[in-house]
Amino acid sequence: MSDTGQGAANAPAADERIKETSGLRKALIRPELGAIVGTIAVFAFFLVFAGDSGMFNAQGILNWSTVSAQFMIIAVGACMLMIAGEFDLSVGSMIGFAGMAIAIFSVTWGWPVWIAIVVTFAICVAIGAINGWIVVRTGLPSFIVTLAFLFILRGFTIYFPQVIERRTIIGGIDDAAVGDWLAPVFGGKIGGPLFVWLADLGVIDVFSRGNRVGEPVVDGIPMLIVWALVLVFIAHFILTRTKFGNWIFAAGGDAQAARYVGVPVNRVKILMFMFTAFCACVFATCQVMEFGSAGADRGLLKEFEAIIAVVIGGALLTGGYGSVVGAALGALIFGVVQQGLFFAGVESSLFRVFLGVILLFAVILNTYIRRIITGER
Amino acid sequence: MNSFFKTMTVTVVAAAALMGGTAAQADGERYVLVSHAPDSDSWWNTIKNALALAGDQMDVTVEYRNPPTGDLADMARIIEQAAASGPDGIITTLADPDVLSGPIRAAVDAGIDVIIMNSGTPAQAREVGALMYVGQPEYDAGFAAGLRAAGDGVGSFLCVNHYISSPSSTERCQGFADGLGVELGNQMIDSGQDPSEIQNRVMAYLNANPDTDAVLTLGPTSADPTILALEQMGLAGDIYFGTFDLGDDIVQAIQAGTIQWGIDQQPFLQAYLPIVVMTNYHRFGVLPGNNINSGPGFVTADALEMVEMFAGEYR
Repeated sequence: MSDTGQGAANAPAADERIKETSGLRKALIRPELGAIVGTIAVFAFFLVFAGDSGMFNAQGILNWSTVSAQFMIIAVGACMLMIAGEFDLSVGSMIGFAGMAIAIFSVTWGWPVWIAIVVTFAICVAIGAINGWIVVRTGLPSFIVTLAFLFILRGFTIYFPQVIERRTIIGGIDDAAVGDWLAPVFGGKIGGPLFVWLADLGVIDVFSRGNRVGEPVVDGIPMLIVWALVLVFIAHFILTRTKFGNWIFAAGGDAQAARYVGVPVNRVKILMFMFTAFCACVFATCQVMEFGSAGADRGLLKEFEAIIAVVIGGALLTGGYGSVVGAALGALIFGVVQQGLFFAGVESSLFRVFLGVILLFAVILNTYIRRIITGER
Repeated sequence: MNSFFKTMTVTVVAAAALMGGTAAQADGERYVLVSHAPDSDSWWNTIKNALALAGDQMDVTVEYRNPPTGDLADMARIIEQAAASGPDGIITTLADPDVLSGPIRAAVDAGIDVIIMNSGTPAQAREVGALMYVGQPEYDAGFAAGLRAAGDGVGSFLCVNHYISSPSSTERCQGFADGLGVELGNQMIDSGQDPSEIQNRVMAYLNANPDTDAVLTLGPTSADPTILALEQMGLAGDIYFGTFDLGDDIVQAIQAGTIQWGIDQQPFLQAYLPIVVMTNYHRFGVLPGNNINSGPGFVTADALEMVEMFAGEYR
């Protein structure tokens, strides 16, 4: 019905077989649009309210960039999986589990750190595959299957270190990682000389005392941020430029229809579960290498943070629609808001209120967009 | 388009409303307290109140920050963030030195004074370059409690650990076991944070191990449900019951004789004294020459009046 109304409002078209769509509507049905506007709004907001609070000096920028990059890494995986029509609630537990696995392998059992990392990745991706296999085999909602793994993995994360070491935090990984070739890929920093140069120019501050006097307060970009950007780039390329990307959209949009046209839906979904597990493992490895310890409480509630970032980024919970760039921007909004509220001096317990408000508006906006899409088809 | 603009407007208005809740920025010094406690831990309310009181009395700006889920890696980010905002001082706990010492040392090196409170040890505080440590050494407090219980004839116990991921919680149980002179073994249970789960686990343990002499809880989170569990099992007042920290229900239970003693680490002092010490240090350059032990003090039924009046608020 709305189609007739819209057709009447528009000028006569050059080709009457193609339905008229206004430029605004075209822009509105791009999944990233909400996130782009949101990002601009959030930055404008904090520039006004927290512009002089240290949020936009070198340390401040590094701080919210790192937090955003953390969200980004898990949001990329969650986004691809959500577009393929499934959820993974075990992401947070997987982070704790992977970190603990690396700690036990490298510190308790004394394996070289690179072997510990490689084996942990293999285990995590295998668990992701099991998740996916159970989902496609049983036809159960992924919500339930991965909820089970949320508890299973968290339980093991507390049980193993307690049985083996009688502790729930295992440290000393940084000592074990000295001289390792793979550890800096996750825990290192790049661009050190650039920051020294910037400090010499007086663009960024230097430490005023202690044993690092004269060194710049920011001495490099953490590999965490590099990983986030690389993952976003690769995932965006696969999703928008390859046949496999189309399969992902098809599997999430209408799995049965996709099967009819020959898309290997089960394989796509299992691969996406494995990719999500991979992302969680990247997150865990970066964290463990940076802090040098693994704790049983790491990654708590991170699965919801990933899903929130993806939803703010414009993906539909029902699958088949979304964008990695949108999810990355959603993660950026999330990170900037979380850290920025502090710089703006807002009581920290209100952060959840703010988060809920943003989430609600993002979902309302998405529903509106979905109505446009389905209405026009 | 219209609805979209409306959405944005409402968001900005809502945001502006939240900004209204911000404490007015005083001209004086600014101090940030970063704790490791999840939002759900009510014990930290005393810290918040004492912090606000100290801020008022000294006429300085104070802020309280914590990782919402108690994730210590998130806490490290909050410390980095606090340092980036350029306060005069940071007061923080050292719940896990591996994770937190890096960010704390970076803050110290950037010219921000740090005082370690609550978790950690004097030695660790010195190591990260903090001015001092204000708190209760956890193992020693557990050990002292263990000696006291051994004197009262206790030979076995149940430690209800509601925060198993924090090493200091485990140290309390370990200290108690060593004070008693027994192996900790399986006498410590991971109770989780949910009241009814804690209650049921305590009941399950005591049913399975009926010869347990004593119960040790680590704070109101585990003590309150444990009180209920003991009442339901008819063991209240019968089994030896000690707890760390105070709260409304704990005080009542001490009065009723359900709980023999509460170990008060006097959190008030842990938030109040660092603010006073730092403000005077920054204004006049004076600094106490030693660490400050805020506890342990044993609160028994004899000296409850003051505690009762301020339980949950300042005690």
